[in-house]
Amino acid sequence: MQRFSCPFCGLRDEREFHFAGEAGKTRPDTTQDVSDKEWANYLFFCKNTKGPTREIWVHTTCQEYFIMERDSVTMEVLGTTAMRKDTA
Amino acid sequence: MTSTLAQKSAKATQGEIDMTRHYSAFSVFREGLKGHKGWAPLWRSPAPQDAYDVIVIGGGGHGLATAYYLAKNHGIRKVAVIEKGWLGGGNTGRNTTVIRSNYFYPESTRLYDLSVRLYEKLSRDINYNVMFSQRGMMVLTHSEAEMEIASRTVNAMQINGVDAELLDVKDVQKKAPILNYRSDARYPIHGAIFQGRGGTGRHDAVAWGYARAADQQGVDIIQNCEVTGFLIEGGVCKGVETTLGKIRSDRVGVAVAGHSSVLAEMGGYNLPINSYALQAFVTEAVKPVMDTVAFSPMTGSYFSQSDKGGLVIGGGLDRIPSYAQRGNTPTQETVLSGIIEMAPALAKVKLLRHWAGNVDVSPDSSPLIGPSGTQGIYINCGWGTGGFKAIPAGGYVFAHLLATGNHHDISRPFDPDRFRTGRLLDEAAGSGIAH
Repeated sequence: MQRFSCPFCGLRDEREFHFAGEAGKTRPDTTQDVSDKEWANYLFFCKNTKGPTREIWVHTTCQEYFIMERDSVTMEVLGTTAMRKDTA
Repeated sequence: MTSTLAQKSAKATQGEIDMTRHYSAFSVFREGLKGHKGWAPLWRSPAPQDAYDVIVIGGGGHGLATAYYLAKNHGIRKVAVIEKGWLGGGNTGRNTTVIRSNYFYPESTRLYDLSVRLYEKLSRDINYNVMFSQRGMMVLTHSEAEMEIASRTVNAMQINGVDAELLDVKDVQKKAPILNYRSDARYPIHGAIFQGRGGTGRHDAVAWGYARAADQQGVDIIQNCEVTGFLIEGGVCKGVETTLGKIRSDRVGVAVAGHSSVLAEMGGYNLPINSYALQAFVTEAVKPVMDTVAFSPMTGSYFSQSDKGGLVIGGGLDRIPSYAQRGNTPTQETVLSGIIEMAPALAKVKLLRHWAGNVDVSPDSSPLIGPSGTQGIYINCGWGTGGFKAIPAGGYVFAHLLATGNHHDISRPFDPDRFRTGRLLDEAAGSGIAH
């Protein structure tokens, strides 16, 4: 059993988390023409990195999406960061 | 250096010329009289040549079957299979050996039922006993509503030309009396979808049998040789760089399952794949209690019993993307509690071994077969949790692609371009099979 750190709830059981996708993708600009290839790349294609990764996860119990950096071979968690921006 | 190797190889072949290669009751008897000293090794272990007509990366079931069908169906014998570890040491040797074709979409049925049909004849075809036992595969239902969906699935399978029966609870009880038939069960059994031609095989034998048959056709099987890069010249792949040096070929096929994305990065193409750990379990041997395969979609767990008596147990993926060939404990709990829910009598049976493999999961739970996007490189991946059952068909259609440069009719719907056109084949939605 691993524990992941939600930026808002702290260390919690891994079962409360869900993998949402790799971080760093940019949604195509829909004010411009977007090709099928660009959409496919955004929606489906990914790096699936072996080793240190940057991913978006959701803490299902509080529904917060955040960035988790971890190693996909050793399964070590390297850190988590909130995605939300300050509203101030 | 090449001539020295060739001389060595010729010498080795001469020495083995009288050795027994064909397997039969007669050859077992004859070797028995000679102290079993005349059996030829299953395959040679040649040093890589400088160039091949086709290079296949990955010495698992799909890679070895591809090499075999390249030689047998297309007459292309100057082929190398390059494996970084040992043959069948990845998912081919780590699965629960279930073989079936109980899918929903016609495209999937054509692919997976080709596989079942090839498996039915495989032992004879490659002169190696893969122990395909057509003991049947049951997908249980736990409510009246699920029975309605099950009858739809059975109809779909029959329309697609695959054997399927809708079983009521009495039929299920006859086939698998060990399951929980109490009406107060958390998930009471109402019936099942049954595919009688489904069953289990011997996974190592599939790898070894294809390797031996491919070797006999002249294919070079090169183990302990890791691909470290592709030789890209003018944007076109001209071979691979390996830990044993450069090997040239105009056509390279990649069949490396959970490591597909690692090779994609080296080759300069993208894949819609995520790698996950998939766990499997085997218990101590017990007396025969189960002579079919039973899967409960409600718990996600399934089991069969091996010829040695061990219960072979599988379930869903670990939910964390992973390249570690080991599983996590929450999934173990889920899978094993599912088995105990299905068959409470098994609660006290002890686990003997448990392991995980890295599986390549695609967005629509269907495989990817086709050109990679980098000229000269072709891919066979995305089988997810169900690659073993598909080995013969995967090899058959991938060999066709590598030999001709064009899809076999059966593999065309599985081209990666479906993610651009939107013609996905979502079997997770279609047949409720989660890979």
